[in-house]
Amino acid sequence: MSAYPGQEGMRNPLKVALGLGSSQSGVHHWWLQRVTAVALIPLSIWFLFFIGGLADASYPAVLAAVAQPVHAIFLIVLSVTLFWHGALGLQVIIEDYVHTRWWEVTLQIALRFGAILGALACVLAILAVWLTGVAYN
Amino acid sequence: MATSRPLSPHLGIYRWRVNMLQSTLHRLTGLFLSAGVLLVAWALIAAAAGNHAWQIFTGVWLSVPGQVLLFLWTWSLLFHLVNGIHHLVRDMGLNYGPPRRDRTHNPVYWSTGWLVIVASVVLTVIVWVLLALHVGGGVA
Repeated sequence: MSAYPGQEGMRNPLKVALGLGSSQSGVHHWWLQRVTAVALIPLSIWFLFFIGGLADASYPAVLAAVAQPVHAIFLIVLSVTLFWHGALGLQVIIEDYVHTRWWEVTLQIALRFGAILGALACVLAILAVWLTGVAYN
Repeated sequence: MATSRPLSPHLGIYRWRVNMLQSTLHRLTGLFLSAGVLLVAWALIAAAAGNHAWQIFTGVWLSVPGQVLLFLWTWSLLFHLVNGIHHLVRDMGLNYGPPRRDRTHNPVYWSTGWLVIVASVVLTVIVWVLLALHVGGGVA
């Protein structure tokens, strides 16, 4: 199938030898964006029903709902995937529109720290409600 | 950014297609939803922080401006969701090959592109009608 070692399809063997183009991690961002997107399809539909059901709920009822193990786990997975997918998207927007190098680098770093911080804060908040949920009721 | 390389033609040269609107809206709703993620974080942190923080949270988002924003967030989420599924299907190359490029048949994703936009609006209305019915018409 391949005429040269390392050659797949129409890839130029010189490109493979020099390690140019997307031969290392070029497809990584694209792939993660799709994987998180597919994960978010069922998660976001579930989330709409979840918060829809809590639209007029009291504070203790909200705590009880979040503290249910299945809900808490779904919320944890949802929070992490949301921040991940959002960071991947915002990264491309910054790459496309911010052309001042130092400003672009600053935003990209701030985005990554911000996304990790946000996801971490969500997970800790969910765990706090989940693990202390009984005390509120 | 000055360059002597040949560059791809600018947007203005292309005939307008619905996929341009989808692309723009996907990015704009994505940007808006990124702010919405912070709202999710606020909700969870407020719930964990206690009743006072939770009352502040609900006070803001049950107000009229809050409800308008939540409505826009609902549409943004549903558009991004439906268009994202559409995008994933196109990523798989369905109806994307040469047989449909003969310029006598419009690609099927032109019409499904309009369907995506209509569906996102219809679904948003359905969600808010169901919400109003669930709450008993007393949210906004």
